[in-house]
Amino acid sequence: MENKNLLEVSHLKQYFPVRQGFHRIPLKAVDDVSFTIKPGETLGLVGESGCGKTTVGRTLLRLYQPTGGRIVFDGEVLFDSGEQYDDNGKLITDGEGRPVMGTRIDVDMLPYRKQMQMVFQDPYSSLNPRMTVEDIIGEPLDVHKLYSSKKERREKILSLMETVGLNAEHAMRYAHEFSGGQRQRIGIARALAVNPKFIVCDEPVSALDVSIQAQVVNMFEELQEKLGVAYLFIAHDLLVVHHISDRIAVMYLGKVVEIADADELNANPMHPYTLSLLSAVPIPDPETARKSNRIVLEGDVPSPLRMPSGCPFRTRCRYATEQCAMEMPPLSDRGNGHFTACWNK
Amino acid sequence: MSEETKYILEVKDLHTSFFTDAGEVCAVNGISFTLEPGKTLGIVGESGSGKSVTAYSVMQILAETGKITGGEVLYKGEDITKWDKKQMQGFRGSKCSIIFQDPMTSLNPVFTVGSQLKEAILLHTDKNKREAYDRAVEMLTLVGVNEPESRMRQYPHELSGGMRQRVMIAMALACEPDILIADEPTTALDVTIQAQILELMKELQEKLGMAIIMVTHDLGVIASMCDEILVMYGGRVCERGTADDIFYRSAHEYTKGLLRSIPKNDNLNEKLIPIGGTPINLLQMPEGCAFCPRCEKAMKICLTQQPEELRVSETHLASCFMNVKELFAAGEGNA
Repeated sequence: MENKNLLEVSHLKQYFPVRQGFHRIPLKAVDDVSFTIKPGETLGLVGESGCGKTTVGRTLLRLYQPTGGRIVFDGEVLFDSGEQYDDNGKLITDGEGRPVMGTRIDVDMLPYRKQMQMVFQDPYSSLNPRMTVEDIIGEPLDVHKLYSSKKERREKILSLMETVGLNAEHAMRYAHEFSGGQRQRIGIARALAVNPKFIVCDEPVSALDVSIQAQVVNMFEELQEKLGVAYLFIAHDLLVVHHISDRIAVMYLGKVVEIADADELNANPMHPYTLSLLSAVPIPDPETARKSNRIVLEGDVPSPLRMPSGCPFRTRCRYATEQCAMEMPPLSDRGNGHFTACWNK
Repeated sequence: MSEETKYILEVKDLHTSFFTDAGEVCAVNGISFTLEPGKTLGIVGESGSGKSVTAYSVMQILAETGKITGGEVLYKGEDITKWDKKQMQGFRGSKCSIIFQDPMTSLNPVFTVGSQLKEAILLHTDKNKREAYDRAVEMLTLVGVNEPESRMRQYPHELSGGMRQRVMIAMALACEPDILIADEPTTALDVTIQAQILELMKELQEKLGMAIIMVTHDLGVIASMCDEILVMYGGRVCERGTADDIFYRSAHEYTKGLLRSIPKNDNLNEKLIPIGGTPINLLQMPEGCAFCPRCEKAMKICLTQQPEELRVSETHLASCFMNVKELFAAGEGNA
């Protein structure tokens, strides 16, 4: 049971067609991303805006139709584009460079939505302003028909509200009557309503005030202890992610460049991008701030429409060599469950 | 050195209110601070704590419903709240500039970067157009914009967020102000770009010697940038002191709570200790200490009386009755 993964994602691709003049070119929001999540584990996903971390979360839940790859949840294949890969992770092609296609699998997601849920970033726009809290939390129960009587529905809703620390008297109120932190609690109660095994948390604390962030972060941790739910925790705040995650994956321009244990990643970052990302985080401690030697990256993230060849980070990387321009380095094992995609490190 | 010349800016007991349909909202309630030339003052607080309104009050760029209802803002010893519109126009831009949080909305989308930069220079100096253009290019180079001449012809939407913020900084510094107010200058930016902009601001401060007022909610940014820090809550100053005073010897329960509630390098595997309750509603200010309803250590006196600012050390002041009690306990014998 220990080694069984709850979620296995391999070679996930999500391209969006973008019109440029007469041409339609693909915007590679997520390009060949693979990772696993164990039951009850938290995987943190960090990266700058536009690196595709939100898209990964949404594609996992099949809110988008994936362009390619394979998603296995709890032993069942939810999606398989049919592309086949050899043991080294190379796409198997026929003589003319076309991929050899296996069977395509694409299941109906409704039954699986009971096990996979999502908490959104903005607690102001992710709750319907015309519904009461009771109806917002009750909606997933309605959709999946999880109660036999009105009384049972109400009881379930009230117990959920209690779980997330909301006052049961507030059930008949509307979302605008709550503060940001309380709204985020409503969003979490809605996700928990169907008793999921896995929740995608898409920047759930970014919109909250500092003093409220800790309340919500603590609640996520308590719920995990109590219910054994696994999280994909997407955020750009590295300190928060490090605090809540067991493992962390770092994304840059649609690719995972490093994945490791949270403490290992912080103590021993290998990829030059992770290194500069960690050194860029302003530490709330004047002593460290005075001593720290920031690695300031030059330039901006390239447009995903004009992706550099080979490694996407090479345009801002000070270790870049010719090889980096030729070929994307594979995510290779450096021991201790630490994977890095870099030729030079 | 006389009092007038020591501080570039001195704010004394500033009160700013907004007159809304729901009643008068006291966004800033008796703020005082001083700023020395070439130093950086950080104002930190949650949303609604009045930190931005304090900055806007100094510049007198409040929304129509907002008004300074009391106090003085002294620039080199002169009270600028008594200045007329024309004098204030001369103050803004050439003596004190501001950069805003969102570089997308603070640049005009229908004018090129160059014309907006030139406008600022032409308005505040007696340079001619040619000189203004040269100055604009010089400023863009100074803030690290590559190919400044071609950037001058571009529109804001053609630039990335980090570039836009650089243009904003260039515009703010074009007339060599003595004071730069930065209102959450990096909140909308990614961490790696944030690091670039913060380094840039430090560099420019060394080069040009202006004083900076840094308004932010990010304690990390404050820790790395500021000489002196003002912690605000509910329109009042809770605590002020040097960075070390605030982070290592904090004497106000709100500051202590805030520092406990954020993940730092040394508490990553421990549980965070959040501040209970919700941020204050400025329409229903409590009679006593603003933080009292959320304070674990609140005493009876906190409910009814506002704590005075108390000197903890030479550089460190805090408005919390806890200190009074502790001082009582410590200094009882002497008294």
